[in-house]
Amino acid sequence: MTEPILKIENLSLRREDRPILNDVNLEIYPAQVHALLGLNGSGKSSLAYTIMGCEGYTPDRGRILFEGKDITHLSITERARLGITLAWQEPARFEGIPVGKYVGLGVNPPDRERVIQALEAVALPAKVYGYRSADKTLSGGERKRVELAAVYAMRPRLAILDEPDSGIDILSLGEIANLIRRMAIEGVAVFLITHRDELVETADVVSLICAGTILFTGKPLEARRYFTSRCIPHLEALGSQPWDTSKPEVQEAFASNGLLKLVAQAAERQTGKEQSA
Amino acid sequence: MSTVVKSKHAIENRPGWADEMAAMLEAYQQAGGEPAALQLPQVATLVVSANTVLMSHEIPGIHFQAEPLEHGVKATIQVEPNARIENPVHLCFGVIPAEGIQHILANYEIGDGAEVKFLAHCSFPNAVKVQHLMEGSIHVGKNASLTYTEEHFHGQTGGVEVLPRVRVKVDEGGRFNTTFVLTRGRIGRMVFDYEVEVAATAVVEMTTKAYGHADDEVVVKEVVHLNGEKARGLTRTRVAVRDQARSQVFTTMEGNAPGARGHMDCTEIVRDRAVAQNTPLVIVRDDQAQVTHEAAIGSVNRKELEALLARGLDEDEAVDLIIRGMIR
Ligand SMILES: Nc1ncnc2c1ncn2[C@@H]1O[C@H](COP(=O)(O)OP(=O)(O)OP(=O)(O)O)[C@@H](O)[C@H]1O
Ligand SMILES: [Mg+2]
Repeated sequence: MTEPILKIENLSLRREDRPILNDVNLEIYPAQVHALLGLNGSGKSSLAYTIMGCEGYTPDRGRILFEGKDITHLSITERARLGITLAWQEPARFEGIPVGKYVGLGVNPPDRERVIQALEAVALPAKVYGYRSADKTLSGGERKRVELAAVYAMRPRLAILDEPDSGIDILSLGEIANLIRRMAIEGVAVFLITHRDELVETADVVSLICAGTILFTGKPLEARRYFTSRCIPHLEALGSQPWDTSKPEVQEAFASNGLLKLVAQAAERQTGKEQSA
Repeated sequence: MSTVVKSKHAIENRPGWADEMAAMLEAYQQAGGEPAALQLPQVATLVVSANTVLMSHEIPGIHFQAEPLEHGVKATIQVEPNARIENPVHLCFGVIPAEGIQHILANYEIGDGAEVKFLAHCSFPNAVKVQHLMEGSIHVGKNASLTYTEEHFHGQTGGVEVLPRVRVKVDEGGRFNTTFVLTRGRIGRMVFDYEVEVAATAVVEMTTKAYGHADDEVVVKEVVHLNGEKARGLTRTRVAVRDQARSQVFTTMEGNAPGARGHMDCTEIVRDRAVAQNTPLVIVRDDQAQVTHEAAIGSVNRKELEALLARGLDEDEAVDLIIRGMIR
């Protein structure tokens, strides 16, 4: 069995005295797409920032190992130079930095062709976008594509993609899914945070996170079974099917248990299938 | 440097002309100018070295009048009404010696309905003690459009004092778009003082970019009076200071008429022991006018910084890239 490229051990994170991540254990393998699913506020981005080493995201407990080496206290730059990078959920805007330059930042040694190829992989022609600034004038979806192109161009060892699909139109989701697969084929370990089925389908492994706790890690199909067997009964126990959100206990459950929405979605899909069958 | 071949240069016969012109062209290039453009017959050009007009080339629709002053030049630049000047007019002002005073009195008259762009470069490459005083008046006629871009190069010693003081009047439906850039080499001391009156439906956009090092000092004073109905104004200030440099930005935007819209946008990045200050002043005299402002003063934005670090840049490289982009 290959060794995990990233190993997270008993990781806990508090911010402003609130627990955000609780005893997270996770292994991510090279050339695999590992999806992380969870409701808004469940701690997905926080886990991404903690792996990247962002300011304010130093864990209180636990370790992060990259290729067996403890990187828990390395700087962002040091981690990036080891081959870890992050495509931000809401990427920053840069006045006066051309898209082509931004995409090429992590490409070492510099390689124009790679930059052009990366832009093309996200359907942004280099001729049209290469010299535009990566600033506020890019649309939300364009900026997200640029971000993804920059990560792809860098050929990282571990790419953390924080909702690369948000703001991307439905017609282009296929392209994004292809690119994610292509990264895995090129040997990159992809840690994929997403809400979209289209992208979950690219995953080799799925983890479910709820209120900062990893509930489940396994094959996508098993993850679905987990929804049905563990979460739907949990929901039914609340006695509020079909999820009357005006009820305080449901609201509370939504607030505290990120899985509820996923369960709701899964159940809706199931109902849809039953009806069409 | 190649010699300049262009018609209508009576001045060329002056002794020493070629040497001085060559020096100015080099200075011009250091300020970001494109010497080849000065040689094109279809490009209007005015080159002033200290108190000497080295080159004055008019094209149809544009007239230059220049007379020497004791320490400079008085110039009138006139664009005929409805003239559409395709190629930007190239202006070049400079002082080549290490010491000197250059006093420019400039009067720009852009006729109604005219459309013109100016590219001005001011270069003081060897300055140890140079003072450049510029007193300008600009009149943009009805429905006329003036785009004025000025780039400076003050050498590496910080011995330049630049004091531009410009009064602008934009008539109904006119457009005035100006960009001032001083981001190469040292600044020395600069007090940039612009006041603009904007008539109905006219539009003013002013961008100022500067990068101060060592003990450089930048003062930006901009006052925009949105006097006419639906007049619009925007000021964008981008200043970076490091070492012990200081920057002070004072912008005033007045909304004095119905439908007037103004916005002031200031970013100043501070490193080392430098100090930056921003004082926006908003005055609104009409209940249907609106003026807004945004300012970010201080270190570079953490989110921007981390995004670059995550690609393997170190902090210095990342901050430098952000600053270079901002003042580009
Ligand atoms: N500085 C902070 N102080 C306190 N709580 C914080 C702070 N920053 C984030 N949080 C909380 O941490 C939790 C996890 O946030 P995070 O951004 O990781 O969620 P997420 O799973 O990425 O959500 P989304 O799907 O909306 O992107 C949220 O409840 C959020 O409110
Ligand atoms: Mg998030």
